[in-house]
Amino acid sequence: MEENMDKFRLLIRAWLTAGVLTLFAVSASLMAPAAKAAEPIKIGFSMALTGGLAGAGKGALIAMEIWKDDINKKGGLLGRPVELVYYDDATQPSKVPAIYQKLLEVDKVDLVVSSYGTNEIAPAMPIIMRKRLVFPALFGLAVNDQFNYDRYFQIMPSGPEPKLDWTRGWFELAMEQHPKPKTLAIISADAEFALNAAAGARKNALRSGLEIVYDKTYPPGTADFTPIVRAIQATNPDLVFVASYPPGSVGMVKAANEVGLKCKMFGGGMVGLQFAMIQKNLGPMLDNIINYDFWVPEPTLNFPGVKEFLAKYQEAAKGKGVDPFGHYLPPYAYAYLQVLGEAVEATKSLDQGKIAKYMHENTFNTVVGKVKFGANGEWARSRVLQVQFRDVQPNNLEQFKHPGKRIVLYPPDWASGKIVYPYKQ
Amino acid sequence: MLTADLLTDAVVAGVLLGGFYAAVAIGLAIIFGQLDIVNIAHPAFIIVGAYTAFILNSKFGLDPVLIGVLAAPIFFLVGAVIYRIYYAAFERTGQESLSGLAFFFGVMFIIEVVLILVYGVDYRLVSAGYIGKSWTLGLVNLPLRLLVPFVVSAALTAAVYAYLSRTFMGRAIQAVAQDRLALQLMGANPISVKQWAFALGMATAAIAGSLLIIIGPVEPSVGRQYIGRAFAIVVLGGMGSIPGMFIAALILGVVESLVTTFWGPSWAPAVAFGFLLLTLAFRPSGLLGR
Repeated sequence: MEENMDKFRLLIRAWLTAGVLTLFAVSASLMAPAAKAAEPIKIGFSMALTGGLAGAGKGALIAMEIWKDDINKKGGLLGRPVELVYYDDATQPSKVPAIYQKLLEVDKVDLVVSSYGTNEIAPAMPIIMRKRLVFPALFGLAVNDQFNYDRYFQIMPSGPEPKLDWTRGWFELAMEQHPKPKTLAIISADAEFALNAAAGARKNALRSGLEIVYDKTYPPGTADFTPIVRAIQATNPDLVFVASYPPGSVGMVKAANEVGLKCKMFGGGMVGLQFAMIQKNLGPMLDNIINYDFWVPEPTLNFPGVKEFLAKYQEAAKGKGVDPFGHYLPPYAYAYLQVLGEAVEATKSLDQGKIAKYMHENTFNTVVGKVKFGANGEWARSRVLQVQFRDVQPNNLEQFKHPGKRIVLYPPDWASGKIVYPYKQ
Repeated sequence: MLTADLLTDAVVAGVLLGGFYAAVAIGLAIIFGQLDIVNIAHPAFIIVGAYTAFILNSKFGLDPVLIGVLAAPIFFLVGAVIYRIYYAAFERTGQESLSGLAFFFGVMFIIEVVLILVYGVDYRLVSAGYIGKSWTLGLVNLPLRLLVPFVVSAALTAAVYAYLSRTFMGRAIQAVAQDRLALQLMGANPISVKQWAFALGMATAAIAGSLLIIIGPVEPSVGRQYIGRAFAIVVLGGMGSIPGMFIAALILGVVESLVTTFWGPSWAPAVAFGFLLLTLAFRPSGLLGR
């Protein structure tokens, strides 16, 4: 009898234990979606935070952090907070594939975006394409020409034919002038972006019927540009197109002033003339140069939200050794996350196919204006600005924060003034 | 295309550029050429000199050259400390060849990272009344942005040469370069002499940095572009020869300028370094090698 009672007690205990465990398991499974909902959506990317492109990369990162804070204040994406997961690629393209491998396999990010610049975007493409991920890209020139990837979306407004559209405005402006220019000199840095820009310039020159009288490249590390400018001047070109990185751009502008370069138009694809500290240092040497840009504080480009964004950026940039005004790249770094975020919210999904379809089919309202992507992931319509420096005062940084110093000449829809022609005669 | 004024301008531009190269290489002519220390971090110290010029120029409006001269004694002291560390860690134990090279590689990276962390990665420039202006003397156009560095570099070279050849310590440095043991037998301390020489080489980096930032914008890693060129100039000049180094720098500058003007800028480094190889084939000890 006693033995039977013990067995009965054991049975009761076993049933109770099983019941508690079942209850725990059921409640845990019911709670799982809630826990999942609190998990952040991770956006992964590599970024040039050291090395040659770090000035731009750090500025871009500030803009991306501002977007993250803004979106999280609004409740995040799909009701989940957003987290940025990033690694420094040190401006070395060879580091980029391993970074994306780690982001996808170890960090398990939900979404990816690109690093800054053509050389850092291209190495990520194979792994991104293999995983069929949506890939918003930040300032890559004609990267998708090689890959033809249908989930690539490039935020720089270079247009459907990037190589040609990049310089099209500069040449269209030149050919509208009287008397029409006839000859052209091209000088470009011996590196990916500059060579692409120069290749586009050659095609545009051919279309415009210009004779190319000088066409050379210069190597990185060139210290003195006066021999280059003199060699160009010796060919007496009407137009001088320069595709260069910041040290070369500064060198060319200084050398042009020292040598007294005379031509009808000078500029085109000079990276660096968009950065406030370089503008301040060059001062009046910049006058009448016509160069590409993507955003300047002219009234025609006062898009909704851009001033508020720049105010936040300029506050955050203080003491960080980056461009203090952030006109050039940061608004676009903010915008490519705006586009991705809007697509995620609209599709209510992290499904890469649905997001890509939405991004192809819709127009986005961003701090850089309306963005519509074409079939190849570039802007459906080019908006590379051609901007002319005017009446620049020496050693005055503040002047570049306001309208009037960088007049938009092209495209006509965004023009804020008329061209001063010729450059110097 | 080949006109007299273009040729004259190309040669003059090359001479001015070569003068600047001499300022970059003179410290290595002492440290590498005389002491056989492969200080691969020397261009990084030149960048520190450039940042010093940038900071004091932007805050107080001082002339970059003046800043370089004022900063030179501080660089001298830093150089003395670095040599002591190098000596204690590597040279004393006979590990200076490979470990010493790794040490200076490490120093170079530390300098770059510290500059990035403290001052960021933006390009830095200086302002001075003569930047952007030029003098015209007959057929010749002289950009002051290049003329000032040339004059300062020539004066620096002359001063270092006079110091090494006419002072007691200068001769001691040359002696330690030739025969360290003999110097020791005469009762002198070769380590102190080498420390002094290393510090002297480092002091020139302050001035070279101020000249570099006069010529163009500077960011923390830009010094790497000058490593090959500076070592090549020292080798071409003849290890340790200050006049040889200056002549080699001028030759490299003129060759680069002529090729840039008449052939194409991208060929300039290749032709200049080809010229270096050719010279060494005929004169393995360099132009004025010992």
